[in-house]
Amino acid sequence: MDSVLPRSGLWLGALFFAVIATALAADTGFAVHMMICGLAAFIGLVVTVRGWDPAATIRPVDTGRYDDDLIRLGVIATVFWGMAGFLAGLYIALEMAWPQMNLGLQWINFGRLRPLHTSAVIFAFGGNALIATSFYVVQRTCRTRLAFPGLATFVFWGYQLFIVLAATGYLMGITQGKEYAEPEWYVDLWLTVVWVAYLAVFVGTLLKRSEPHIYVANWFYLAFILTVAMLHLVNNINVPVSWFGSRSYPLFGGVQGALVEWWYGHNAVGFFLTAGFLAMMYYFVPKQAERPVYSYRLSIIHFWALIFLYIWAGPHHLHYTALPDWAQTLGMVFSVMLWMPSWGGMINGLMTLNGAWDKIRTDPILRMMVLALAFYGMSTFEGPMMSIKSVNSLSHYTDWTIGHVHSGALGWNGMITFSCLYYMTPRLWGRTRLYSLRMVNWHFWLATLGIVFYTAAMWVAGITQGLMWREYGPDGYLVNSFADTVAALHPMYALRVLGGLLYLSGAAVMATNITRTILGHYRQEEPLHSAAFDPARDVPLAPAAAI
Amino acid sequence: MTHDSSHHGKVIDHATGTAKVGHEWDGIEELDTPLPRWWLWTFYASIAFALVYVVLYPAIPMLHSASTGTLGWTSRGALAGDLAHEKAEHQAVRNAIAATPIEALAANPSLQRAAIEGGRAAFKVNCVQCHGAGAAGAKGYPNLNDDDWLWGGDLDTIQQTLINGIRYPGNDQTRSSLMPSFGRDGILTAAQVQDVVSHVRVISKQDPASAASARGAVLFANNCAVCHGANGEGNRSVGAPRLSDKIWLYGGDRAALTNTVTNAHAGVMPAWTGRLDPVTIKMLAVYVHSLGGGEAAPAPAPAAPATPAAGAAQ
Repeated sequence: MDSVLPRSGLWLGALFFAVIATALAADTGFAVHMMICGLAAFIGLVVTVRGWDPAATIRPVDTGRYDDDLIRLGVIATVFWGMAGFLAGLYIALEMAWPQMNLGLQWINFGRLRPLHTSAVIFAFGGNALIATSFYVVQRTCRTRLAFPGLATFVFWGYQLFIVLAATGYLMGITQGKEYAEPEWYVDLWLTVVWVAYLAVFVGTLLKRSEPHIYVANWFYLAFILTVAMLHLVNNINVPVSWFGSRSYPLFGGVQGALVEWWYGHNAVGFFLTAGFLAMMYYFVPKQAERPVYSYRLSIIHFWALIFLYIWAGPHHLHYTALPDWAQTLGMVFSVMLWMPSWGGMINGLMTLNGAWDKIRTDPILRMMVLALAFYGMSTFEGPMMSIKSVNSLSHYTDWTIGHVHSGALGWNGMITFSCLYYMTPRLWGRTRLYSLRMVNWHFWLATLGIVFYTAAMWVAGITQGLMWREYGPDGYLVNSFADTVAALHPMYALRVLGGLLYLSGAAVMATNITRTILGHYRQEEPLHSAAFDPARDVPLAPAAAI
Repeated sequence: MTHDSSHHGKVIDHATGTAKVGHEWDGIEELDTPLPRWWLWTFYASIAFALVYVVLYPAIPMLHSASTGTLGWTSRGALAGDLAHEKAEHQAVRNAIAATPIEALAANPSLQRAAIEGGRAAFKVNCVQCHGAGAAGAKGYPNLNDDDWLWGGDLDTIQQTLINGIRYPGNDQTRSSLMPSFGRDGILTAAQVQDVVSHVRVISKQDPASAASARGAVLFANNCAVCHGANGEGNRSVGAPRLSDKIWLYGGDRAALTNTVTNAHAGVMPAWTGRLDPVTIKMLAVYVHSLGGGEAAPAPAPAAPATPAAGAAQ
């Protein structure tokens, strides 16, 4: 009783504030966003009032189990946002190949759907996967329940509100115009609050651990949470035009602004998509393989090398621009030095299978993890290579970059997330197994084929584009106009659509599989094992005539 | 399946024969495998590469500048060098083209070919946005491959069009003419506009003659013939298009013609002088002239018989 009243008051206050902000809004987009915030506050109010259960105050919390309610929600959110993000990706791939697909509507043109796709897959799908797995892993490797469970609930739902505000903003044309940092100032502020709460829950849980040491996965999670907080704050120092409007202007201008943006952008890749997902790898690969981690020493060295070197590599996004030469040089050499520290994670993941390699024949989840690590290795080799200036002069601004990003995103981030979801779902819902392991196998092959079509098409497209842009004829003049290169890429863009369709189909198979697992269904199917072998028949027939 | 054995106080993992570190989290253990040598040495090599590169190239920021690198390389310097190299490569040819009158280029096939190639490259950067990659034009932007010219298709005329543009504000020598907006400004009633359109569709051999076209013929003679000619043959001195053929800049169907007569069009092309150097403009003129519809110079020019005299058919 005593906690419901102040909480209701808080929600009511938020609702009141949202209504005032809607009324005073300087532009429609801001008004719509404040209405969404008001709706969220209203839902919070209703849930608080209706969910008040006097028995709950008497009934003790089951401290004999981990705090898994949020993680279950996180699994569902990850699957949902994944499907949304992949679908948006497929649609913009169609728009790239056939521009009339934008139907002349401003809300679904490429410029607005593209950040919707990138944010949905990175921050909504990847972010939910990171929050859910970090809460799963930190409890189990610290042998303790979450610190501040109420705050953890706020982190989950607050993050969903951030996603909704960001996504609807893109569709309405609200953007800072900074890649991967498109949400405007008030959405940034909201994310800051959510993220500080996330840090508090995570660090609090680490501090109350029952284990003497902190497991390596938690180092990576903590590096991810801390660094993303720093990156987000520095890159979003903006001055709003009005306290009740969606527009703001950045404090850093010109080349400084570009450098800060790519310091942020590259480390979003480094700490969100690499460090965070390596944390997932460090827990779920040894668990699924049932093997010890390959090398403790390697995990220490590559962890510190990775986080020290990654933070300096951003300027390689600005080769051959107004950025001073010295910064370009440092961006390049730090990227080259980053190669082995990145590969340390791949080695530690793959070599953990020592003594269990036979399992990848029969365990499609483990096979997915191995493929994820293989793609991680490929893209972390490709990245340093593309940062070398002479390579970059060919690859920059071409679809090669898109291919590189997707070999990492679809191959590494996607596949490791899928395998973690497959690992967690039966355990979180108390099922003896997944609905279907054969469907995991289907997902594996659909996704793998999709990645191959996608990245191969973009590699070819990118190198074609780069070579055509710099092609000189015998008279010393450029051979191609820009429109010629666009026309040449069309078949590759169509192939990319096919790759995206295959990847989305695989994810749809996963969504079905996970839904049926949650519902408690079990598909009756042949187990995945190798063909029968009868040693008694594995002998030559005795020549009958000779007897 | 694995039976770990203890050896010198350390637990040995059976499958790999490697000692375990001794910690355990939720069933996960860690092996005490040393760093892979190839990994470590490749890491050292990448650091060594970085150190050498940092010495050779600009790298270390200081208060007011940065280290310059022992090679003295700068990106601006490299670009300036590339541009100077390109310029030097082309300078002889460009000088020769500059020194040769445009009508005389045909007498020097290798120089003419060089001019065409230079024009082709400049066209791809500056002209394709309106005239299309194949110079086939679009609605409102003339096709440059055919022999239907608004202002004239000989080398010198094309060059003049390029230099001064068409209806280009701020250039006093720009090609200029203005068709009245007959319908919008009330010069003709809507019915009269339809009659004129009917007549235009008759002279362009799209429709058979009718009562409307007969009325339109009178209106045409009074309002349009001064520029477009009595039979709609056009007039290049004012850029008035020929109406008696099937080539249309804004469309020849009834709706498009009605719109044109009602509101008129006044397409604009930039004056390229000041944006492009005179040699590039000259090369562009030669290139456009070579696309298929280039005409011979109007004055007797016995020196240039090679140019197809397609314009004579008009």
